Amino acid sequence: MAESFQFELVSPERLLLEAQVVSAVLPGAEGEFGVGAGHSPFLSTMRPGVVKATSDNGEVHEYFVRGGFADVSATGVTVLAEQAIPMGDLNADFIDQQIKDAEEDVADAKDDETRQKASLILSQLEEMKQAIASA
Amino acid sequence: MASLKDLKNRIASVKATQKITKAMQMVAAAKLRRAQEAAEASRPYAKRMGAVLSNLAAGFEGQDDAPKLMTGTGQDQSHLLLVCTAERGLCGGFNSSIAKLARAHANKLLAEGKDVKIITVGKKGFDALKSDFGQHIIEKIELRGLKNIEFNDTKAVGDLVLKMFEDEKFDVCTLFYAQFQSVISQVPTAKQLIPASLETVSEQAAGEADNALYEYEPGEQEILETLLPRNIRVQIYSAILENAASEQGARMSAMDSATRNAGEMIDKLTLSYNRQRQAQITKELIEIISGAEAL
Repeated sequence: MAESFQFELVSPERLLLEAQVVSAVLPGAEGEFGVGAGHSPFLSTMRPGVVKATSDNGEVHEYFVRGGFADVSATGVTVLAEQAIPMGDLNADFIDQQIKDAEEDVADAKDDETRQKASLILSQLEEMKQAIASA
Repeated sequence: MASLKDLKNRIASVKATQKITKAMQMVAAAKLRRAQEAAEASRPYAKRMGAVLSNLAAGFEGQDDAPKLMTGTGQDQSHLLLVCTAERGLCGGFNSSIAKLARAHANKLLAEGKDVKIITVGKKGFDALKSDFGQHIIEKIELRGLKNIEFNDTKAVGDLVLKMFEDEKFDVCTLFYAQFQSVISQVPTAKQLIPASLETVSEQAAGEADNALYEYEPGEQEILETLLPRNIRVQIYSAILENAASEQGARMSAMDSATRNAGEMIDKLTLSYNRQRQAQITKELIEIISGAEAL
């Protein structure tokens, strides 16, 4: 059995998950990455995507997060999500709503920089939608 | 001396008031539980955020290119006070104690010849401060009619503050709110938001020698630049949640003592009502008896 480490997923509203896990897969801004026990200290921003954590009894926790930060330290992993929803509660309607919001953000953007950021989020969300649809 | 009828009316009206205060107390108790849960649930996020930020900030200490949100503009001429209060009254000293703290702070700054700008969140704060600092209040935000305050609802407040900072409208931002401790104790608190007050920075940096080994993706600067504005929004959000819980707590204890006072008053009034009724009966009896004796 692989060594386990502390994993925490928090959103501004609440603490969603606090568990001992053996591995975690996080959607980093520059690509998905996996974390095991003893990973070197590491801090990354996240894009919208799925956080997957496998606890030591084999249970898999999956959450959809919409951006945020992941802090990998010697003591464990802390995910500070802007918004997090358990995968079980997630459906196509929700993603559609998110895409609609993102489209509005693109339309509302006042300068190029914010527009660029908003359209990036939009494209990531559309990617997500396809991934869910095909799953 | 009030007549029997007057006393009776008085008792009825105090009873009606007692019913209202009792109902408000119960409503506040129910809301308190929810608000308290929300406030406590938001604490881990704010705490972790602070820890991550402290770690990051340690690496930037003493560097010139550190973001302004962290180091400030280098001046402290212009101050922004963000005063968070409740939307409604009837909650004891809750609103006035926050307003008092903010007022004292503003007066101190004005005496030092600083510029003061005030943003009030919540109607009551505006009402309390408008007579003294009417011309300093640049914005009032109301969060009326929101049952559960969510992060997105308070984002506008944070965005406004950040926008103003970018436009160099102020140098230092201080947040006023009441920290929830228990139903009977809410502590009015002033917290400096900008430049970020990270008291733990140096301790943590000393404690964690492996700081230097941290890797950043995309880059240290980029992360700090997104993290700092986020931290401001989160701080405001958790302050507003703390406030919501404090408000309900304050209202609950205020209404509890109001109900008790009304009860005492009813007892007193009933006693004097009964006495007077007894006196009247005695009087009537004496009249009848003395009438009968005269025959």
